[in-house]
Amino acid sequence: MTTAGLLVMLLSVGIVVSLFSWCIWKVFTTPNEAEKVHGLEIKPPDIDADK
Amino acid sequence: MAVAGSAVGLGNFLRFPGLAAQYGGGAFMLAYAISFLIIGLPIGWAEWAMGRHAGQFGYNSAPGAFAVIVQRRWAKYLGIVAVIIPVVIYMYYVMIEAWCLGYAVNFWSGNLSLKDAGETVGYFAKFTGATGDASAMVFSWNSALPWLLGVFIFNFYLIYRGISGGIEKMCKIGMPTLIVLALLLLVRVLTLGAPNADRPHDNVVNGLGYLWNPTKIMVVKTAPVADEKPREIVGAQAIEEAKAEIAASGGALKLREVGVIEQLANPTLWLAAAGQIFFSLSVGFGVIIVYASYMKKDDDVVLSGLTASSTNEVCEVALGGLITVPAAVAFLGVAGVAGQAGVGLGFKILPLVFSQMPAGAFFGGAFFFMLFLAAVTSSISMLQPGIAFVEEALGVQRRVSVSILGLLTIFGTGFVLYFSGDLKALDTLDFWVGTFLIFLLATIQIIIFGWVWGIDEGFEEMHRGASIRVPWIFRPIIKWVCPLFLIGVFVMWLMKEIFGYDLTAGTAGAVSYYVTDLFGDKASLPAQLSVALVVAIFVFFGLMTARSAAYARAQQGLPKEDA
Repeated sequence: MTTAGLLVMLLSVGIVVSLFSWCIWKVFTTPNEAEKVHGLEIKPPDIDADK
Repeated sequence: MAVAGSAVGLGNFLRFPGLAAQYGGGAFMLAYAISFLIIGLPIGWAEWAMGRHAGQFGYNSAPGAFAVIVQRRWAKYLGIVAVIIPVVIYMYYVMIEAWCLGYAVNFWSGNLSLKDAGETVGYFAKFTGATGDASAMVFSWNSALPWLLGVFIFNFYLIYRGISGGIEKMCKIGMPTLIVLALLLLVRVLTLGAPNADRPHDNVVNGLGYLWNPTKIMVVKTAPVADEKPREIVGAQAIEEAKAEIAASGGALKLREVGVIEQLANPTLWLAAAGQIFFSLSVGFGVIIVYASYMKKDDDVVLSGLTASSTNEVCEVALGGLITVPAAVAFLGVAGVAGQAGVGLGFKILPLVFSQMPAGAFFGGAFFFMLFLAAVTSSISMLQPGIAFVEEALGVQRRVSVSILGLLTIFGTGFVLYFSGDLKALDTLDFWVGTFLIFLLATIQIIIFGWVWGIDEGFEEMHRGASIRVPWIFRPIIKWVCPLFLIGVFVMWLMKEIFGYDLTAGTAGAVSYYVTDLFGDKASLPAQLSVALVVAIFVFFGLMTARSAAYARAQQGLPKEDA
């Protein structure tokens, strides 16, 4: 690996880890934010409507 | 934790390393990083905002969302693209999910103690049916068929019963376990050194260089032969040996440095990088817009999008990329990696890595089982857009919708399983739907968000309930940079890969094999049938959309009747 390659690697990994850490910190330090943040784990309402 | 877990999938550990190996180098990573910042993240936010807005009107499918936002008759038909993408990708994604499960169980039962790259490549080819069409349609534990049947039934059992609470549990428990295992694997890979003492160039440091070095060094023939690829070399020792080889060749060979700018001038590289960003973040996939429609009015779409994206990137860049590609170079060498790149790379390389670990069979099985769980959460989410679409288009209940979708995807997955020779059907669908159509949908979505709906209204919707503000720079990025970037890459790609003309070099070149597979002397029947399948599904969905009463209301800006 060249020096430039090492720099690119450290910068890329450092940035994504920092961004992730900041997001997690923001979710846990903002009141009620954990209930308002969603991914693809949301339960579709048509599941209950079908029962 | 559930949000983070739902962001992780096969794309992080399998598709990304395969692409990074295929295009290689810091230039690909640079294109990837730029794509994340100026298209992945902003288009993701746009999709979350549009989806939540459409949900307030009662529309949970992309055709309904586009219709109610654009309020024109043609908009709902554009939304069909957003249904086709997840449905068709499901058809081959579930295949890869089955590979993960099959590999996990075979690891635990001791069938995967393979000694070298030749054995793992051979095992993979036989397991997946890559050796020839229909060759995987054998009921053997060392073949994909029984695992595919099990996985398919499992997926639809979860969907039919609506056991999404189980999905959430899987995200909360399985995904952290996957990440812990991935970290263990990372440490193991980075300490591999050169596994074969006879080939010291094939080592982890050179593997990292292959992935991250901005400049490529190639040994090329002075009089190149058509279709012959130059040989890339990495590492000071390999370069010294290449120089000696060149000196002894009497002028037949030469060394060539390919700089970052030259690599970035390849539109196919940008298409691949952007396509991977979209695939991995589920942007332009037709999935986010559906799930966002289930959100409450004041849920936080900005932080949701950013958290899911950043989690995904950690798994992709810091774990997936650092594990598979360096290990691949260590075991196969740089030239070998280029020849084996693609989603199969992980299946060919990781068994070798585990074979060099204490309790490798246990860890190998655990890792592939966790990949299987990650794949299940993704594949379940891919089915929901199709389910929501059939419900809204036909006005039927979920169970009827699931049944219709089940029949369609059984046929499609069977198609992919049958045409397994060289994984041609899978590869063709992954390109035309998993890269090309996703690219197209992302372009459509950002133009609708920035120009049709309007950037002011879109940002206002985006910030409702948000705990952070999207930086102001993203307004011109979304309105101007995204569409221009996407259209620019698309046009350059069309010119190069479809018409065979390289705009930047001003020369004619080879047309992409994805195109020659469809037309001309080298046409491939499985590839042609794969594209025909997609067209047929488009027509089928189009007819359903045209007759939908719900969409007729949506295009007038009216809420759904039962909303």
